[in-house]
Amino acid sequence: MIDPRASANGNLNEKRIDLMLIASLVERGTRVLDIGCGNGELMELLVAERDVDARGLELSQQGVNACVSRGLAVVQGNADTDLSYYPDQGFDTVILSQTLQATRRPKEVLQEMSRIGSKLIVSIPNFGHWRIRLALALRGRMPETQALSATWYETANIHLCSMLDLTDLCDELSLRVETCLTVTNGKVHHSTGRPSAWQNLMAELVVFELTR
Amino acid sequence: MVGHENSADGKRLVLEDAQLTLDNGSVLDTLTLAYRTYGTLNDDKSNAILICHALTGDHHPSGANPLTGRAGWWDNMVGPGKPVDTDRYFVICQNVIGGCAGSTGPSSQRADGTPYGLDFPVITIGDMVRAQNVLLDRLKIPDLFCVIGGSMGGMQVLQWAAAHGERVFSAIPIATAARHSSQNIAFHEVGRQAILADPDWHGGNYAAENTAPRKGLAVARMAAHITYLSEAALQRKFGRNLQDRDRLSYGFEADFQIESYLRHQGISFVDRFDANSYLYITRAMDYFDLAADFGGTLADAFANTKARFCVVSFTSDWLFPTSESISLVRALNAAGANVSFVEIESDKGHDAFLLDEPEMEQTIIGFLNAAAVARGLPLPEVSGAHND
Repeated sequence: MIDPRASANGNLNEKRIDLMLIASLVERGTRVLDIGCGNGELMELLVAERDVDARGLELSQQGVNACVSRGLAVVQGNADTDLSYYPDQGFDTVILSQTLQATRRPKEVLQEMSRIGSKLIVSIPNFGHWRIRLALALRGRMPETQALSATWYETANIHLCSMLDLTDLCDELSLRVETCLTVTNGKVHHSTGRPSAWQNLMAELVVFELTR
Repeated sequence: MVGHENSADGKRLVLEDAQLTLDNGSVLDTLTLAYRTYGTLNDDKSNAILICHALTGDHHPSGANPLTGRAGWWDNMVGPGKPVDTDRYFVICQNVIGGCAGSTGPSSQRADGTPYGLDFPVITIGDMVRAQNVLLDRLKIPDLFCVIGGSMGGMQVLQWAAAHGERVFSAIPIATAARHSSQNIAFHEVGRQAILADPDWHGGNYAAENTAPRKGLAVARMAAHITYLSEAALQRKFGRNLQDRDRLSYGFEADFQIESYLRHQGISFVDRFDANSYLYITRAMDYFDLAADFGGTLADAFANTKARFCVVSFTSDWLFPTSESISLVRALNAAGANVSFVEIESDKGHDAFLLDEPEMEQTIIGFLNAAAVARGLPLPEVSGAHND
């Protein structure tokens, strides 16, 4: 969900960059499942720019209703419990935009995603970013950044991780990092294969393209 | 007397060689289908929408019922400029077989002039949809842009998609389920037993006795009507308010407003509905179990479907609860279908689908517009008189 307040502090731009980067990794005319599709902004972008057959799964009722009244094929459901009802390899690409850290069982969600689609696109706020490390190290406080703006007691992000943490989990699940797009100060960096410790220090946001 | 006729309350398709084979094995040759259409069929015949009515509905969803003068049962949803826009779509609604608004049912006369009564074959949702296919054939409409309906109408929508999928481009099942639950069968059984227990029922031959089981049918309607509402809506509307009195009567009059309301619902129902039709149609709903028809796996009912679905449920509907819609959506997902699912927040219970629910209307407008684009139908012109 896009929070209208977010535009004031720059979150909207960051969200927008995230969506544009994800769209750049989606091939034209493919079948796409967007898990945690919010109000359908990414799906609409993908349909318009990439001519995809898009389906969405969204937890919030307002999000789903907004999507369906925009003509998008979206169902109400929970990433933690409802992915098992999707058929094996029913999609070319399965997308999880800024949602992994809010799931109860991220590992199982990734497993289900790799069962449902051949390509996974996963974006996360990078908890390894130096500013976050600094906030905890110097101030001794849970970090609040543009991408992670809620207080510790209100945040929906219960499974935050750094991009190297996620890379380790991908290794465990035999998922290969094909592409890694990182965002630092609004600039995009492109790399292939395993990300470096330096990237982990500098990236505020990361978009992974993963294959089985 | 064979073919399309105009009657006082819409159109009639009268067939004497229908050869409609029913699920119970019997064949209906003489078949009358009462229906009504709105709007204009386009040259491609690609803009037809079928509206399926619920248990006690008829073929007048929009505009006034010419016989009673009452507004159509879905007048807020269907009409010029409305979500199901009769300026853009050719809308068809047919009274189900087994019904009592003109289509062949237990009160219809046989060749010898006597009504069927209980000699009428037990029909199913599948049979109702078969009869709708007959009408579509006779209207020379190859397929439907959309099939839409709530409650029992939603069952017909699902039956269409499962059994006649090649004729369905899009489907909107609302406040419905792929099977009638044990609790739902139980409520229907209470209603039927009330009718059967009325001495005026006469084993179903009340017409010959010039009477009708009015009390039994009224009680059936009273019991059913409770299931269409929510506890919250009843409490808000009636609470424990007394009817036309200041204190309790210490008797069995309608002390409470809710009692008076239910009695009124029951009494006014018997003037417009046939008791035997009530038996037959409730039975058809009880027998509905789409998964059972497809080897026990609901997803198989929708295998290879190309239709796009928009499933709608309401939070306070305990007759066809959201969990039923979720089961349906999961099956559609498993079948790889294009499916949207919206649960609408409402405290109006099952009847919410018939009422003014702006979020449901927005959902249906958005879904139909997207489907229209996919079908190559024109979108409405953006008018300046848009109200926000």
